[in-house]
Amino acid sequence: MSAANENGAVRPSPFAGRLLGAFLRWREASIIVVAMLLTLYFQAANDNFLTEANLQTLSQFIAASAIIACGEIMLLICGEIDLSAGHVFALAPFIMHFANQAGLPIFLALLAALLGSALVGLVNGLITVKLSVPSFVTTLGTLYLLNGFTLTISHGSPVETGGSEAFANVMGASGYAEIIWAFVIVAIMHFVLRQTRWGLHTIAAGGNLIGAAEAGINVARIKIGNFILTSVLAGFTGIIEAFRISSTDPLAGGTAIMFLAVAAGVIGGTPLAGGSGTVLGGLIGAIVLGVLRDGFTLQGINAFTFDMIIGAFILIAMISNIHVGRLQRRGGR
Amino acid sequence: MSDPSSQGEALRAEAITKRFGTVTALDGVSMRLAPGEILGILGDNGAGKSTLMKILTGYQPPTTGRLFVAGEEVALRSVDHARALGIECVYQDLALVNGLSVYHNMFLNREKRRAFPPFMLDNPAMRRRAQEILDDIGVNIPSVDLEVERLSGGQRQAVAVARAVGSNARILLLDEPLAAMGARESALIIDLILRLKAKGDLSIVMIMHNYAQTLDIADRIMLMQHGTVTYERASGETSVTELLEIIRREYRARRAA
Repeated sequence: MSAANENGAVRPSPFAGRLLGAFLRWREASIIVVAMLLTLYFQAANDNFLTEANLQTLSQFIAASAIIACGEIMLLICGEIDLSAGHVFALAPFIMHFANQAGLPIFLALLAALLGSALVGLVNGLITVKLSVPSFVTTLGTLYLLNGFTLTISHGSPVETGGSEAFANVMGASGYAEIIWAFVIVAIMHFVLRQTRWGLHTIAAGGNLIGAAEAGINVARIKIGNFILTSVLAGFTGIIEAFRISSTDPLAGGTAIMFLAVAAGVIGGTPLAGGSGTVLGGLIGAIVLGVLRDGFTLQGINAFTFDMIIGAFILIAMISNIHVGRLQRRGGR
Repeated sequence: MSDPSSQGEALRAEAITKRFGTVTALDGVSMRLAPGEILGILGDNGAGKSTLMKILTGYQPPTTGRLFVAGEEVALRSVDHARALGIECVYQDLALVNGLSVYHNMFLNREKRRAFPPFMLDNPAMRRRAQEILDDIGVNIPSVDLEVERLSGGQRQAVAVARAVGSNARILLLDEPLAAMGARESALIIDLILRLKAKGDLSIVMIMHNYAQTLDIADRIMLMQHGTVTYERASGETSVTELLEIIRREYRARRAA
């Protein structure tokens, strides 16, 4: 209660102040405002923005990065990152394809692909944790390794995604299937982060590694588990994208989708430094990036300009995150 | 293994030796701690205080030597094992997680979970219990919902101590509880330690740097030098001057050698 007064930083009228304070303390607040302003702007600039057809396109822009962001956010919170996620994205549907070709029903082939993805996560985690290689380096290595591997087994060319039409529809081919998957996964991961021991221990591992270990938390297990989680989510996203476009492409995903996911997490309020973060913020970050991309596409802005805008936006988001965070700390109680 | 002479004894170490390769960090250290007693361990950096602490917390096994908890000989296998025996340590580097609330920190790795669904944290129960523990030992924190990064150094140390006490510790090991603290903050922690002592059922071992403070708080002091205990007295039977004289003698002898 005293901090704000001593610093004299925030002192609006009592009621408005309390309302503002509560809103500021809500981590995702600033980014939600940004998402709403962008939506209003694009709707004002282009009548086609909030139409059924465009919302569907928009949802597809958002879904993939939102799901992978869930994993990356857990990793960022416990002090790690996975640069190879986009290449697990490309590999997983090929594992499914080959397993299916080998005679496994598509559902089991999908499980095999997720298992393969988990294995990549396990290797990333073991090398990082047990051999003390920074995850930035570990996953940079597996990024190239997986890229080469996927290109080799696919001979560099896309194949048609298998499975019945009904299965494909559930898995991402029908209009909103992908975004529904994204919402479900975000809801589950938000719960895991906020309401379970796993989430608490993930924050502890990133916030104070030695302290967490001294409290008896198996930090190696937490980190390796989150690497596996990220890989499985990335593989799953690759699979539902393959079903959506009914083509399995060795060049799909890659660093573009991985960085988009990390950017979504960071814009949503998860710092790269570890120890805190928000899954819900990651979803909103993904929405902001999706709205930007879709909105500018409708406006006919070209791809080069778009990249500049995204870059500037990430910088602005980071700067405001750091400073809003400071304001929150000062204004809080 | 119970030994009749160990009546009324919280903790006893006999001839503890710890070697790291060719380096002998502890060389035959023995100590005894009575229930409700506060023992202050003094000594320079590298005297072996922290190594002794790590052995008492089960973090490292001794190379040779025996440990007794409440008269029973034990071989501490892990920090968890020591904790199960009622030995809790509050580390110098503060094992608190900045981004977590006071009550989450107090229940870190001992979280209460709901009956249903069993994988869900029972935050209301933890919040309530944390407040009770803090009230019980007279620690005043604005709110248990606050993230610990918003607390002062003294408050953080108090929360760390409360966490150890709240887990039914019978032996509390404090690693430099007053390090890097101003006078007001120190007073807060000293009061807390004395209140814990007044409750009677808790024995405390403190590693300390400040001789005057140690003599004030501790019932007994133990001076460690180069891996051995060189001096041990009830606090009332020694003084800062005497302790400094021992250190000075040792220092001169070393320089002469």
